[in-house]
Amino acid sequence: MSYFVDENGYYGQFGGAYIPEMLYPNVEELRQNYLKIMQEDSFKKEFDELLKEYVGRPTPLYFAKRLSEKYNTKIYLKREDLCHTGAHKVNNTIGQILMAKKLGKNRIIAETGAGQHGVATATVCALMGIECVVYMGEIDIARQAPNVARMKMLGATVVPALSGSRTLKDATNEAIRDWINNPVDTHYIIGSVVGPHPYPDMVAKFQSVISEEIKWQLKEKEGKENPDYVVACVGGGSNAAGAFYHYLDEKEVGLIAVEAAGLGVDSGESAATSVLGNEGVIHGSKTLLMQTKDGQIIEPYSISAGLDYPGVGPLHAHLCESKRAEFISITDDEAMQAGLELCELEGIIPAIESSHALAVFKQKEFKKDDVVVLNLSGRGDKDLNTYIKYFKL
Amino acid sequence: MNRINKKLQEDKKLLSIYFTAGYPKLNDTVEVIESLEKSGVDFIEIGLPFSDPLADGPTIQASSTAALENGMTTEVLFNQLKDIRKTVSIPLIIMGYFNPMMQYGVEAFCKKCEEIGIDGLIIPDLPVQDYNENYKAIFEKYGIINVFLITPQTSDERIRFIDSISNGFIYMVSSAGVTGAKDSFGNTQETYFDRIASMNLNAPQVIGFGISNAETFQQATSKAKGAIIGSAFVNYITDKGIDKIPDFITTIR
Repeated sequence: MSYFVDENGYYGQFGGAYIPEMLYPNVEELRQNYLKIMQEDSFKKEFDELLKEYVGRPTPLYFAKRLSEKYNTKIYLKREDLCHTGAHKVNNTIGQILMAKKLGKNRIIAETGAGQHGVATATVCALMGIECVVYMGEIDIARQAPNVARMKMLGATVVPALSGSRTLKDATNEAIRDWINNPVDTHYIIGSVVGPHPYPDMVAKFQSVISEEIKWQLKEKEGKENPDYVVACVGGGSNAAGAFYHYLDEKEVGLIAVEAAGLGVDSGESAATSVLGNEGVIHGSKTLLMQTKDGQIIEPYSISAGLDYPGVGPLHAHLCESKRAEFISITDDEAMQAGLELCELEGIIPAIESSHALAVFKQKEFKKDDVVVLNLSGRGDKDLNTYIKYFKL
Repeated sequence: MNRINKKLQEDKKLLSIYFTAGYPKLNDTVEVIESLEKSGVDFIEIGLPFSDPLADGPTIQASSTAALENGMTTEVLFNQLKDIRKTVSIPLIIMGYFNPMMQYGVEAFCKKCEEIGIDGLIIPDLPVQDYNENYKAIFEKYGIINVFLITPQTSDERIRFIDSISNGFIYMVSSAGVTGAKDSFGNTQETYFDRIASMNLNAPQVIGFGISNAETFQQATSKAKGAIIGSAFVNYITDKGIDKIPDFITTIR
């Protein structure tokens, strides 16, 4: 079985490009060119240079000694939180802004939930001097004020999404509508491994630098490229796609995807798509999504704004259905405690998204000599308000 | 012969109206359809509301959200329409997004349409290729016409392909954009209308998106077989109520 995208844009039964005809020329242009452009020497050189000099890659693969002692196993943290802008998101936006330039586009649009992808997009647009419009749900704008200010300082226009539930899925709808309205000069930088083919594959490839680095870093530290497990949180799934990518075909490497259970999988306030979702079409992709039996999309919930997406990317839907990856759900409370624990044991304040991944050690027992690589996708600065409120700091 | 094809043979410019099922009130659906037929409309697109209508502008997003809040579902719509052919004879088309149809089951959906007397479907986010490979046989089995969209950005080659698999009409999206009312069309639209007219396609073309009044209706139908009004009609019934539907249609032609 292959875990990579096929020539028609599918991962097993998931994927494809379920888009209105108005988007067809844009998506088709991208589909025909993205692999060719990514293989050009000039593209690779510029991408690699920016990741090194601007983003600060490679990010460390840090052996978390005290955390390992506590859980009696060997834990490495892949420090994506140390990337410029504070999360892995920038790996993708650097790639896509270069792609947009190659395609001759002079205007960028993006969607954002918590604001991390919006900030990462605004950042690369400032870097390249390209106009940037970010769609963000009206409710998210209110609860993520610092990131809205960051985007504005970086020169982006932040447009509130006023439709539907006024959160990430609606911001995505608005960005897609903008693209329909501006089909010639605009490139849409999707922030996760979601959307119509070729986006899930392109974003995964840009993020695959994460597992590419883990391989040689682990070789240096442990004398082997393959850990026993790779753990990552999944909303849409971009950091997990990057951390899993070069291990997809390495059967001895266990892949663990951690979803947000919110207040509990059965509480009605959850974002655990692998448990609550079934096959459907969202944002141009056939995948697992949370929906009513009538096919209306359900608004998810998680304390982490980066994980409350009602679907997962088609790659993850395939990893879930084929059982290549193990999916685990973590509640708000479990994640918050795991985040605090990392602060206390390792002096690292994680993003709440990453805290979900960290909570895996309470749910699953690893062997003493297991090597577990956990992708620490982002830092917690953006979440201070939520931490303050939760722990009454 | 399918009612749509019969209608397309008539020697006149066709006026079609889109509205969202279950809007303004849940049980308005049948009354809206009957009133539109009495007002002289040639065919009707019944919008099956979806929570995330990507191709729609603010007006139809709002009517869809309201309809869902009113309690509209696929099942409710089919129930409302079960006796529609006792009172209405013009062609009826359901326009909706793919996910609700997929959850109902594409074959079950088409079968139900045949039973009720729905003549065609417009599914903006079902790709042409996917339809052609996976669903065409099902649609044909139940005599349901699938209507494809083309836009100013669609290449001639792709338009020829779409024409070759169209058995009703082609839905010409007037301009690059989501649905929404416009007051008039500019040169870009005229050039595009001319380009398509000069291609001599097999399937007649009906223009939609941006048609709102007599002027835009006439501009559109000077080059095409017909035109579809959606957002402007939804706005109208939002303001004036469904009793005034005949007045709206009178202003168009």
